[in-house]
Amino acid sequence: MAKARASKKTPIRVLIAKPGLDGHDRGAKVVARALRDAGMEVIYAGLRQTPEEIVRAALEEDVDIIGLSILSGAHMALFPRILVLLKEHQAGNIPVFAGGIIPDEDARRLKKAGIRAIFGPGTSLEEIVTTARTLARHPA
Amino acid sequence: MKAASRLPAAARAIVDGDRRVLARTITAVENGDPSADRVVRSLYPRSGRAPVVGLTGPLGVGKSSLVNALVGRLRELGQTVGVIGVDPSSPFTGGSVLGDRIRLERRADDTGVFFRSMASRGAAGGVAAATREVSRLLDAAGFDVILVETVGSGQVDVAIRDIASTSIVVVVPHLGDEVQTLKAGLFEIADIFCVNKVDLPGADLAKRDLAELVTLGGRANGWAPPVVGTSTVEPCGIDELWEDVLAHEKFLDASGERTRGERKRLSSEIVGLARDRVGRELTLRLEKDPALRRLLDEVVARTIDPRSAADRLVTGSRRTR
Repeated sequence: MAKARASKKTPIRVLIAKPGLDGHDRGAKVVARALRDAGMEVIYAGLRQTPEEIVRAALEEDVDIIGLSILSGAHMALFPRILVLLKEHQAGNIPVFAGGIIPDEDARRLKKAGIRAIFGPGTSLEEIVTTARTLARHPA
Repeated sequence: MKAASRLPAAARAIVDGDRRVLARTITAVENGDPSADRVVRSLYPRSGRAPVVGLTGPLGVGKSSLVNALVGRLRELGQTVGVIGVDPSSPFTGGSVLGDRIRLERRADDTGVFFRSMASRGAAGGVAAATREVSRLLDAAGFDVILVETVGSGQVDVAIRDIASTSIVVVVPHLGDEVQTLKAGLFEIADIFCVNKVDLPGADLAKRDLAELVTLGGRANGWAPPVVGTSTVEPCGIDELWEDVLAHEKFLDASGERTRGERKRLSSEIVGLARDRVGRELTLRLEKDPALRRLLDEVVARTIDPRSAADRLVTGSRRTR
């Protein structure tokens, strides 16, 4: 069955996960809450998820979009791994966005690798919600 | 089975263990997407095999942690498990934070577990409208056991009873005195009482109150619900909890209650589906049929009362059919 969103009325499903080992999940929770308030169904996978667990959750939950939060500095190792795993599962079309402490140069490289949007500190929730909605409705 | 070769491709894939197609079909069922219709219909004969175990109880009693512990126990026993975790949708925005998955600990490569979070999407009673059909999909997909975790329930959230073959009502110490256990609703549907967080003080009292409730009379079908204490912090009672589930499933078969219960549940499901459909047709008719729209004008003008208008709507729709 092809992925078919019945209409704009069906809620967007989004996975929010924190790959890696840092325990700072306030940002992820704030974003989860904002997406909820924007009418989305947010699957909150929580802390210390491996790339394998994140991809598995995304597939089982059939999400429209994945949001990753990271503050540990391990983004250059973990994000590309997630993108590779998604492709391996023929799910490379699921848009992935990210937030956290990510230097500009890294952000450029990650975007090139396929992360669709990267939000640094100070990004407004409105911008995150709008971007997430646009990405979910218009994947790939 | 004769129809086996004629299963729609997606149904075939689900039976053959394609988890991606399963996940997408669940989405389609949740969304009321017509593309799921044939799949759901064709897989029905393959359901009804796995025990469907419901965990319900107030929010914060540890349902998700218990689900995780049961999944662990079942995997030890070599059983595969399909899990549905239901959380509430906002009545204001329709949005939802689905957090049941957070307690799940399992290896990412373990294909013996499938976990799906589900928002209640406005349904009352503790589960979503799609929960029953999705539990059947998991059953048809071949999982040995289906676990359904409800929304944190209030006193009258008993819809899990229409889905689960065994309902576990989970409580914790200090939820209230023994009079609470006498109240109608949630406590009436328990096939098993589980006092979770049994490591906390007051657990013995909670267990005693529930045991006393059971001595006042078990379920109408002759089953006396056991009371089991569990903890997921200092793990205990999980094996016993599962043994009690199996004992109840055995009772259902031996007593004939399984068939009786199924007949009752399916009858109300059929009527419910038919009611939805007739309701949709009548709504459409009232909106589209010019004669019936005049009827509405008359009710607004107080020249016809709503009951008479309903009569005309029903007979009118019969005549034109």
